[in-house]
Amino acid sequence: MKIGFYPGCSLTGSSREYNESVVAVAKALDIELIEINDWNCCGATAAHAMNEELSLSLPARIMAMAEKQGLTEVVVPCAACYNRLKVTQHELEDDTKRSRVIDILKMPYQGSSRIINVLQLLEMYGAENIKAKITRPFAHKVACYYGCLLVRPHSILKFDRVEDPQSMDTMIKMVGGTTLDWAFKTECCGAGFSVSRTDLVAKLSGNILKDAADRGAEALIVACPMCQSNLDMRRGAINKTLETPSDIPVIYITQAIGLALGLSAQELGLKRHFVTVEL
Amino acid sequence: MSKIGVFICHCGENISATVDVERVAREIGGMEGVAHAIDYKYMCSDPGQTFIKEAVKKYGLDGVVVGACSPRMHEPTFRRACAEAGLNPYLCEMANLREHCSWVHEKSEETTEKAIDLVKMLVEKVKKNKPLDSIKVPVTKKALVIGGGIAGIQASLDIANTGHKVILVERDPSIGGHMSQLSETFPTLDCSQCILTPRMVEVAQHPNIKLYTYAELESLEGFIGNFKAKIRLKAKSVNYSTCTGCGACIQKCPVKKIPSEFNAGLGTRTAIYVPFPQAVPNKPVIDRVNCNYYKRGACKICEKTCQVGSIEWDKEDEIITEEVGAVVLATGFDVKGTDFFPEYGYGQYKDVLTGLQFERLASASGPTFGEIRRPSDGAVPKKIVFIACAGSRDPAKGIPYCSKICCMYTAKHAMLYQHKVHDGESTVFYMDIRAGGKNYEEFVRRAIEEDTVNYVRGRVARVYEKNGKLIVKGVDTLLGGEQVEIEADMVVLATAGVANCGSEQLAQKLHVSYDPYHFFAEAHPKLKPVETNTAGIYLAGACQAPKDIPETVGMASGAAVKVAALFSNDELVREPVVAVVNRLAPPLYSTCVGCFMCETACPYNAIEHEEIKGRDGSLIRNSARVNQGLCQGCGTCVAFCRSKSIDIQGYTNEQVYAEVMSLLND
Amino acid sequence: MSSNTDFEPKIIAFVCNWCTYAGADLTGTSRLKYATNVKIVRFPCTGRIDFLLLLKSFAQGADGVIVSGCHPNDCHYTSGNFHARRRWIAFRSVLDLMGVDIRRIQYSWVSAAEGSKWADLVNNTVADIRALGPYAEYQKVADYLEKEGYNEEA
Repeated sequence: MKIGFYPGCSLTGSSREYNESVVAVAKALDIELIEINDWNCCGATAAHAMNEELSLSLPARIMAMAEKQGLTEVVVPCAACYNRLKVTQHELEDDTKRSRVIDILKMPYQGSSRIINVLQLLEMYGAENIKAKITRPFAHKVACYYGCLLVRPHSILKFDRVEDPQSMDTMIKMVGGTTLDWAFKTECCGAGFSVSRTDLVAKLSGNILKDAADRGAEALIVACPMCQSNLDMRRGAINKTLETPSDIPVIYITQAIGLALGLSAQELGLKRHFVTVEL
Repeated sequence: MSKIGVFICHCGENISATVDVERVAREIGGMEGVAHAIDYKYMCSDPGQTFIKEAVKKYGLDGVVVGACSPRMHEPTFRRACAEAGLNPYLCEMANLREHCSWVHEKSEETTEKAIDLVKMLVEKVKKNKPLDSIKVPVTKKALVIGGGIAGIQASLDIANTGHKVILVERDPSIGGHMSQLSETFPTLDCSQCILTPRMVEVAQHPNIKLYTYAELESLEGFIGNFKAKIRLKAKSVNYSTCTGCGACIQKCPVKKIPSEFNAGLGTRTAIYVPFPQAVPNKPVIDRVNCNYYKRGACKICEKTCQVGSIEWDKEDEIITEEVGAVVLATGFDVKGTDFFPEYGYGQYKDVLTGLQFERLASASGPTFGEIRRPSDGAVPKKIVFIACAGSRDPAKGIPYCSKICCMYTAKHAMLYQHKVHDGESTVFYMDIRAGGKNYEEFVRRAIEEDTVNYVRGRVARVYEKNGKLIVKGVDTLLGGEQVEIEADMVVLATAGVANCGSEQLAQKLHVSYDPYHFFAEAHPKLKPVETNTAGIYLAGACQAPKDIPETVGMASGAAVKVAALFSNDELVREPVVAVVNRLAPPLYSTCVGCFMCETACPYNAIEHEEIKGRDGSLIRNSARVNQGLCQGCGTCVAFCRSKSIDIQGYTNEQVYAEVMSLLND
Repeated sequence: MSSNTDFEPKIIAFVCNWCTYAGADLTGTSRLKYATNVKIVRFPCTGRIDFLLLLKSFAQGADGVIVSGCHPNDCHYTSGNFHARRRWIAFRSVLDLMGVDIRRIQYSWVSAAEGSKWADLVNNTVADIRALGPYAEYQKVADYLEKEGYNEEA
């Protein structure tokens, strides 16, 4: 099983542990990830607010490179990258925009590669395999936090229920965990303000952590590097907004699956978190 | 050569603003066979019609083309004018210059040229038109009313009171509909049951009304004045001629936990049940899906309890046929359930209710006997939040329209709550308050001013449960977009009114049109609001679009008058758009060779076999003949006929080919 | 396929009275704009539409044809649109075999409530036919047949 792989900047920087766990889990499930050659920035955070052509050309180049490599399916673990690639693919169904972008790129672009996130990868190619390979059931009560970019806008992504997504919950239950029915699954963590207004980030992320803590979560499960860094790295600032400081770890879905598959904390990058992970 | 008169209408400026009407009249005037062509500001007005009548006489016209609006609008008007001037009405045709031309194109040369083409087509068609005689058909003076809510009840009573027979069919075991579920009604706070139940009884006792409850329309055939309705009488499993309605069986039924439809799921009922105490008829039916006997083959406690032996276990659905002359559709509406709202918990929070459920809580006959109590723990809610436009006016939810009744009933709910829970606090989140109607705005003001209901203009983003409270997160757009968070004990969603389930299938059975939301379509949005596009079928109430009680009752009376007017004739005049098989002089008799392909095409069994016999009585050949009473004029047989022996009056091959040839023959 | 911007195609629409004609009326009432190239011929039902009319249209110089009626199950006459659909399926393959350009025949359902669909249908068909160019081939054949006396009068 060979799947294209677009890590994006976060996975090579602040969320190396996400990269490590994705690669480790894929290996354990016999999925061969083929990194896109000479990949570039997807343009998230800045481009799509500033310049439409740039915001479409950057992801289009990534997909054009994938097409060149003959990758019919590309997994994009970062929720922001996933969102940008999917939205671009959708926008470029418009003939005028597509010809303009092809003109800018000076390379062919079909829009034929299927862009999937990590949850879809695991669902489609791992489900049976995972069940068979569980060595240490993930027997924890956790809150699955999806954030915004993974499920919205539904009309384009067409992935999961938009207000109450279920795919991570299903995955966690499959590896032996229990999941919370809670209200903050898709609430904003404040990532859009993570540079300019860190006070708001602390408040918004604090709301999320508080609800999870009140309902007895042992950990938060995420599939987005922005969510993870806000909830984990900014814990000090968050805890100042909370009545009771929280030490709930925030781990990636691939780390949780990896643990169930018997992979070591080292392999899964669990030592890299700010809030200590003891699961 | 033909002498055709052409009359081009400006329709005020509706046509003349984009079409050069003078040029149209001028160019058409030069066409071969056109004797007279003029344009005028309002052709449908009295002076306009007089122009036509005078021209028919003065020029001895043998055909008229009016270039104006859609023939669906004014064809009868102009045909009548021609008839009054002594011209056969079927020699008059309309070219649609408004809906199909001036309204859909910008002012330009091309638009005028298209208008000329459209008129030209009809001129060529009219040249081939033949004088036709209307067909007279008898009228069955009995009406079928489908749906026994307030709309159906009102329509039935009004028709019955004109002395005509009515058959009222209701799907549920009792008539009464949604109105019977309501507690009090806006803007008077009349008790709904008190004003409705006397009418329900009147229906049951009226000598002209035959009531079939627990019954559904199976099929409808025929046409205006002459419908044949097949009605499925669902097996009630109780013999109503012997049942006294004592209710002992209901007391003893061991299956008690079925969610009650009447109480919108908040209360329970038994398997043998009467939907509510004031039901008409007040006799039970057995719900076979939930009954122990039908499920497992044992129980029969009701049979042992019944002193008159009315339980009929083996009773099967029965299908009866009724002949009727008109049909009134009054099948009402439904409301979206709370599970339609992911942001409000997909229906998983017990204390998030629909407006209809709140009606049952507030109703004296409801599961709490009129006390407002939480379904989860029975506590009286101290803080309550009403969310208006739950689903309505939300294109993302697929319901872009306004459900119309929610603003008013939400004000009523808040008012009722404040009257019942004196120390309670109620908040209404709204988009706009739409209180158009007599005394409606005053009613809403009363809720706000006298009953101190807190109205917040803004949407609610999310409702979630925490520590037994429902956290309502919304925004107050009048206070600079401030976020509002309320810890409520109960949340009531004014969920959108939608078409009743099965309305699409019913529309297809009746061949009436419906809109994208499956509400039945009226024939004209302004001038024919109770008619459908199918003659003889009328609409009453919320099956056409959400509407409140006064409007529903008014519409039902309107439909009843239409039916009464229809029944005031012994014979109906039908358009002669029917198929005919050609007849020729002997020795040919007809080009029909009797292959009867037309018979396989006809959906109405209107094709008959005719034996053509010689003078000596010997059979010359079998030939097809059309029964004009049955033929509805679809013309499918015409396309099937291999020898071109059958044709349809008003749309003959000659006529339609002439239209096509005129268009392209330049 | 080169698009010819100067070419104004002639298109005839054969529609039923109850759905598509009413739908086109709604397009008007809603004031939606569309191209002027299409002229409507009204029929009681699509079941009435004889496909020889389509050929006649092409022979007379039409570049495209639209046939539109009620959606399946919505036919005012119960089943006329099903007959039309079946006829179209059979006819299409025959026409294709004979070398008629079936891309020039647009078959569609437009209900009385679908005013905007009618506008889209017209605009899309006009654009498609414009891209195909004039249907000169068929007219040439028709002219030849007429000259050689193969017309219906013969």
